[in-house]
Amino acid sequence: MDAVFKALADPSRRELLDRLRADNGQTLNELCARLAMTRQAVSKHLAILEAANLVATVRRGREKLHYLNPVPIHEIGERWIGKFEHSRLQALSDMKRALEVGDE
Amino acid sequence: MSEKPKFVYVIYIASTPEKVFRALTSAEMSKQYWSGNYVESDWKVGSPFVLKLSRHEKEDITGEVLEFDPPRRLAYTFRPHHGGMEGEGASRVVFEIEAHQDQVKLTVIHDGFEAGSKVFEAISKGWPHVLSSLKSYLESGKGMMAPWYSDDAKRTAGAA
Repeated sequence: MDAVFKALADPSRRELLDRLRADNGQTLNELCARLAMTRQAVSKHLAILEAANLVATVRRGREKLHYLNPVPIHEIGERWIGKFEHSRLQALSDMKRALEVGDE
Repeated sequence: MSEKPKFVYVIYIASTPEKVFRALTSAEMSKQYWSGNYVESDWKVGSPFVLKLSRHEKEDITGEVLEFDPPRRLAYTFRPHHGGMEGEGASRVVFEIEAHQDQVKLTVIHDGFEAGSKVFEAISKGWPHVLSSLKSYLESGKGMMAPWYSDDAKRTAGAA
């Protein structure tokens, strides 16, 4: 779990996860195309995310596709969020989303 | 399927590939970590696959066994018949099991969804839970009830 928190502590790595969330299964080239980071930096961040199991990869031919792997984040939630809190938290976050959209 | 997979999930479990494979294919074991649901098949390639749902009588998830290669690879098609998903064609689930030092790396690839698929939405919520429950079951002997099965969870908690 230390590896997960360390990996998430960096804003560039969170941005990479956001990009995968928006479009899962990208190659290194695709990820680099729209980022103000060097290829080496992106590659290094991806390695840290993969070591923390936040990114899963599959090979397709010569390409390596990167996927956001939500399982470790789910395990963190499982550890600190009780069974019966789940639906109340969902209601609160739905409310927050609804109210914030309404403000725009 | 040439299109790139939609979902790839990975979990590391302190177990052996044989145990993980058995947990994925045994009715008795799957019941322990799949919120009371369980798998049923003779696991011959081409045979029917059924995921019996504890909360939906006569609305089990059905499919067909595509690959059965213990303890490395398992694949089946996946077709729910409830919750507005009944009109959708079958998607495909592949499990890959690899020993990784003293752990097992379990990769689940689920793909072949229709555009705007409801199954896709449902499984993106379901798999992370099933996988972490499987991990907990194999490592500590206890699976977890999905939080959205909270009525069942209360009943179980009351009974325990």
